[in-house]
Amino acid sequence: MKLSSATLAACLIAKAAAAGGVAPQDVSFAEDGAVAVSLSGMAGDPAAGARIMTTRGKGNCIACHAVTTLADAPFHGEVGPALDGAADRWEEAQLRGIVADSKKTFEGSVMPSFYKTTGYIRPGKGYTGRAAEADPMAPLLSAQEIEDVVAYLMTLKD
Amino acid sequence: MTRTRRRNALWAFAAAACVVATSAGADENARLVVNGEIEMVTRTAAPAHLNGALPDIRSGWTFRTTETQALQIDDFDNPGMIFVDKAMDAWNSVEGSEGKSCSACHGNPMESMKGVRAVYPKWNEAAGEVRTLVMQINDCRVKRMGAKPWKYTGADMAAMEALISVPSRGMAVNVAIDGPAAETWAKGKEIYYTRYGQLELSCANCHEQNYDNMIRADHLSQGQINGFPVYRLKNTKLNTAHARFKGCVRDTRAETFKPGSDEFIALELYVASRGNGLSVEAPSVRN
Repeated sequence: MKLSSATLAACLIAKAAAAGGVAPQDVSFAEDGAVAVSLSGMAGDPAAGARIMTTRGKGNCIACHAVTTLADAPFHGEVGPALDGAADRWEEAQLRGIVADSKKTFEGSVMPSFYKTTGYIRPGKGYTGRAAEADPMAPLLSAQEIEDVVAYLMTLKD
Repeated sequence: MTRTRRRNALWAFAAAACVVATSAGADENARLVVNGEIEMVTRTAAPAHLNGALPDIRSGWTFRTTETQALQIDDFDNPGMIFVDKAMDAWNSVEGSEGKSCSACHGNPMESMKGVRAVYPKWNEAAGEVRTLVMQINDCRVKRMGAKPWKYTGADMAAMEALISVPSRGMAVNVAIDGPAAETWAKGKEIYYTRYGQLELSCANCHEQNYDNMIRADHLSQGQINGFPVYRLKNTKLNTAHARFKGCVRDTRAETFKPGSDEFIALELYVASRGNGLSVEAPSVRN
């Protein structure tokens, strides 16, 4: 039997849920956009988070945000605020909510939603320009990758 | 000639000075005068229809490095002019079943095409549609020459569009957005502000809200198309507006639109209208 991308995505999501995590459509955002519990059910790895933040095919957070401690990776952007001291300004739950779906915290934010799988206009298959085949589609980052990024952000203290 | 050399020497000096001053290197207040005679408006008041969405409008030229800017100062340095020369050959070549060339009806494009680029896309009363310059070129090829249409974003078309733009250089972009074009314009505006794809990005998110900011290594411009077709150092060829639109929408992780689609025709009219008042620059040079 050939697995369709949709089935595959559904399986991956189901697997995340089975492992004690929260599937994208089941995430519970507080009024202020915060997400209290780990999306993967596990702790994040800050070192992995740093890699995700600087990798183009992953979070690529530095495309828009400057981060002094990631200065080894070239070309930090200016579209979003610098993230230095993020852990002084935000609780972990709020940071998780922002990474998962920033629009729940900042209405109309330019920032993409990294843990969202449906509700897009003309969603594409990656960067091919062709239509996406799966609905719901795989989120931009997995639950564990979100946790890794949040764990790294929690190290950003002035 | 002496004057040209002196100008070039001055530019080399200015370029070196700017590299030392800022590595990003864009001199947004530099003046663009092509061949020492065509004065370009690269920064001016935003058209009224923008309702204050932009404080002023700026050519993409103002966002580029001093080195890239310099390539557009003199046609001998502008690689886009090579393609204009090629298009001039095509202009004079007979093609198709009617035994005609462009010049058979239109003579010298430097005279007959003056002002054309500045007002396209434009409502065509007979056809009952808004036409881009590309559509008009292909209409001529098919109906008057009996020749095959060119590919919408192909090299032949980009070069011909550039050639037809040359006699309008320095003239203000002035596309009509009212009357019969209003509906298409409104559709283009809606597309401009729609957040497409998995990254949920609209044209406005980058080119209205964040122009002049860096996004990774790219210095975001206002996305003006007064310089199209544009010679890009990145791919060393002329690039059409629709090819750029396609790439931009694709980069939002969206199912993009096709060059020549109703959506991109509408978007071209709308984006062109955001640059009403800037000079026609094509073929411009960008990175």
